[in-house]
Amino acid sequence: MEKYRIDPSKGLEFGLYTLGDHLPDPSTGERISAQQRLHEIIELAKLAEEAGLDFFSVGESHQEYFATQAHSVVLSAIAQATDKIKIASSSTIISTLDPVRVYEDFATIDLISKGRAEIVAGRASRVGLYDLLGYDLRDYEELYEEKFDLLRKINEEEVVNWNGEFRAPLKNARVLPRPQNGSLPIWRAVGGTPASAIKAGYAGVPMFMAHLGGPVSAFKRTIDAYREAAQQSGFDPSELPVSTAGFFYTAETTQQALKEYYPHINEGMKKTNGQGFPKQGFAQAADTRSIINVGSPQQIIEKILYQHEQFGHQRYIAQMDFGGVSFDQLKQNIELIGKDILPAIKKYTAKN
Amino acid sequence: MKIVVLSGSKVGSKTKTAMDYTVKAIHDKYPDADVTTIDLAEYDVQFSDGRNYLEYEGDTKYVAKTIMETDAIMIGTPIFQASIPATLKNIFDLLPVNAFRNKVVSMIVTAGSPKHFLIAEQQLKPILTYMKAQIVGTYVFIEEKDFYRKEITNDDVLFRIDRLVEDTVKLTETFTKIREAKEAAYNF
Repeated sequence: MEKYRIDPSKGLEFGLYTLGDHLPDPSTGERISAQQRLHEIIELAKLAEEAGLDFFSVGESHQEYFATQAHSVVLSAIAQATDKIKIASSSTIISTLDPVRVYEDFATIDLISKGRAEIVAGRASRVGLYDLLGYDLRDYEELYEEKFDLLRKINEEEVVNWNGEFRAPLKNARVLPRPQNGSLPIWRAVGGTPASAIKAGYAGVPMFMAHLGGPVSAFKRTIDAYREAAQQSGFDPSELPVSTAGFFYTAETTQQALKEYYPHINEGMKKTNGQGFPKQGFAQAADTRSIINVGSPQQIIEKILYQHEQFGHQRYIAQMDFGGVSFDQLKQNIELIGKDILPAIKKYTAKN
Repeated sequence: MKIVVLSGSKVGSKTKTAMDYTVKAIHDKYPDADVTTIDLAEYDVQFSDGRNYLEYEGDTKYVAKTIMETDAIMIGTPIFQASIPATLKNIFDLLPVNAFRNKVVSMIVTAGSPKHFLIAEQQLKPILTYMKAQIVGTYVFIEEKDFYRKEITNDDVLFRIDRLVEDTVKLTETFTKIREAKEAAYNF
């Protein structure tokens, strides 16, 4: 775990992630400017750090209603604005980028942040960016696998010799600058299915698993499949960190949390995916066995501890800003995390 | 209430004839219903390549989006080679997995042979169920002999379509009402 800068004895890491969505607040129908949204994301990272959170990440989405397409630029602003919190992408769409440039960017962010940068590499659930950036959707899988491998190679080897289909060959190439401690933690972004997870297991890379809704037990199968695949490929699963990432919202009572967050999720998903989030499914979020972490601080603590017991994961990342949640609401959430949730999680998961 | 009347084939006229009558029956009985007719023969819809439906353009996006935004869909389909036509299957392939959640779907089938009666039951219904539709259980099955020169000549077929229209509207109204009451009870 040390290679990935994780110390399990300190307990479950807790972080925030944003997709950088830029959506109207459904209660007013108003949308803040892209500029304000970017500043609020940077501010949110600072507040997360002050509240003692471990991690903050920003994703790229090249479609309408998003503002952090240039996510590495946003991350470098966050690197400058913060001192302790780990920062990462969630995720970097490596398929449509040049791994050399990605590595240069993130190694630079690592130096600016003094050793706090990580990369989560994914392949996008939406495909508009393939047209935008000039790639053929038919190469979807190969683009990802080849470029992800190259990214990891650059991370592990200071002098790279490489040949592939989607990029000019590298001959004795030095990709500079190097990160502060020689390498970066690089995670494979995985959707919730076992089929997706085993690919991370085969390669023995840390898994960053996103989840929308459903029972914890279903996602446990995905995590089990990942560890099993890693074991079969000769890796030690106990050395491979797992991160889970999904919807989060807390308020004084569970009912209030559901009430405040649901319109954001539902209306936001209608705009970005063309389908809302079914209310019936969201109502089940109140159940401890549901993976959606929406509820009172006490309910969230129970949920996250239950997930930790089931998953044995090293990091949980909360998405609480989707769908135009106001900055005041975000501040209240961070306050409750820092005051109630985080201390309890650390207390019960840290090994003394 | 938004109703899409979908004629699922580019070939022939019988399904189109049945769906034209269906539209008329809706207008007669439910003049307030907001009806959109989609005859796939009139649209240039591309084959699904797996992208989100919002990312298509032109006719493909129009057809997918219109279906996604409706409350009820009355699907008309012929049977070719003992199957629903590829044009109709492609519409399903263009849409997300849960596309018919909270939507009511009913079926009108035209076929050259009575041997095809169970195809809607055994092939079309499982697709609609998988996509989370509330299905009107009975469907109207129309044979070649019920048509003459682009008209339905069998009054029994016309009665059955009238009843299917009623059932579709009735189920949409009741289902929507019950769902809204249930959702209001969640109190969030």
